[in-house]
Amino acid sequence: MNWDPLWLSYKVATIATLLSFVLGVGIATFLSQTRFRGRELVDALVTVPMVMPPTVLGYYVLTAVGKNSWLGQTYESLTGGHIAFSVVGCVIAAFVGSVPLVIKSARSALERVDPTVVQAARTLGASPLRAYLTVQLPLAAPGIAAGVMLAFARALGDFGVTVMVAGSIPGQTQTAALYVYEQVAKQAPAGAMVAVLTATAIFVLYTVNSLGRRSDMRFG
Amino acid sequence: MSETDKTSKLDVALHVVRTGHGQDFELKVEFIADAGITILFGPSGSGKSTILQAVAGLYKPSKGHIRLGDELWSEGDAGRFVPPEKRGVAYLFQSLALFPHMTAIHNVCYGMGRKVSKAEREEKAHALLKRVGVDHLAKRKPQTFSGGEAQRVALARALATNPKVLLLDEPFSALDRELRVQLARLVVELVQELEIPALQVTHNHGEAAAMGSRILKMRSGKIIEDGRPEEILGGRKAFQDIGKTPMPELLPRTVKE
Repeated sequence: MNWDPLWLSYKVATIATLLSFVLGVGIATFLSQTRFRGRELVDALVTVPMVMPPTVLGYYVLTAVGKNSWLGQTYESLTGGHIAFSVVGCVIAAFVGSVPLVIKSARSALERVDPTVVQAARTLGASPLRAYLTVQLPLAAPGIAAGVMLAFARALGDFGVTVMVAGSIPGQTQTAALYVYEQVAKQAPAGAMVAVLTATAIFVLYTVNSLGRRSDMRFG
Repeated sequence: MSETDKTSKLDVALHVVRTGHGQDFELKVEFIADAGITILFGPSGSGKSTILQAVAGLYKPSKGHIRLGDELWSEGDAGRFVPPEKRGVAYLFQSLALFPHMTAIHNVCYGMGRKVSKAEREEKAHALLKRVGVDHLAKRKPQTFSGGEAQRVALARALATNPKVLLLDEPFSALDRELRVQLARLVVELVQELEIPALQVTHNHGEAAAMGSRILKMRSGKIIEDGRPEEILGGRKAFQDIGKTPMPELLPRTVKE
């Protein structure tokens, strides 16, 4: 068994998850702290990747970062390389599929924090930023962490978006999920890779459930 | 010589109209609160909590003003609005709103200025916890507190900021009678020591009678009566609500003359 695709998957998923964490929590914070017309529309737009066919999502991403796109050309002029059909493409593919999971769980965790606790911080002299950083965010942390774990699992398992944006170039952009597909297509063994991906998924879900219990205890 | 001259009076004039839920709600009140406990007394939905939120700055009233002494905190829609963190108001929430992820001592330290050292802050927090009778809880987190203990920690946290105004939103509603009496006495004592205006929301007759130096009786967004507890709530009958011992003995209210 060639394990390189697994390491590529772990690497890609880790970077994508970090991006999802930073941007996802940022977007969730914005959505939970502000009131404006069309807020739910913004929420729908940033979380729709969760329910779109991955190939459709991949089509959009490819359009956005492809060779002739503004982003693709800017990237090329800066680095000389391409986003599409490269590891960077893998990361972006994994990121767009996983960031909605962080946004959804972080927004709900932030909004579930008892507003009077945040108000208490304000009356005790905390600026809105300090109240957010020292009270609301720490109390939402277990929920955010659960979302980040799910995002990692989603990033690790992405197939459709990755195949559209990065292809399945062996030794370059072929992640574990794509490798399994290719092995089966070649009627070659894939069981060990399948087992490792399954074990990772189970470990992630188990951790998410433990985090859920911790946050219940805290609120409860 | 009147002692209240040293403290700032809280001047509240609010006119709030809320639409929605099929029914419009109008709150229109004006009063000036001196040092001591002013009770906002009335059924739920009469606008009592809205007044507290406006005074705390958690809610921006569209019309009216809120002043403490010569500080203007809020003036209509377009006028000045001082955010809650700059007002120096201690708010005792009905839910207490203790920070569940912090120990009692850190809850109490939270509102202290950053000018003094951590050691000094913790020393002061210990003294406050001791003052309200729960210094043994210092290193514990709120989920392990009983109702009365949580109440005392919340009180210590509120007082740690050296507040200029104290707001109490049905602070004892979750407690049994015994504890209610103990805490009521503690709050009355503390407000007397601090000599600051305090607004307390309640619909408990006994609590209003025992703790208030003035009662504002509210209904449907208006103050319908304003006076001393015995004038508004009647004689001794009211005092029996809170416990078997007559309240005047439990809560010797020193009348300043």
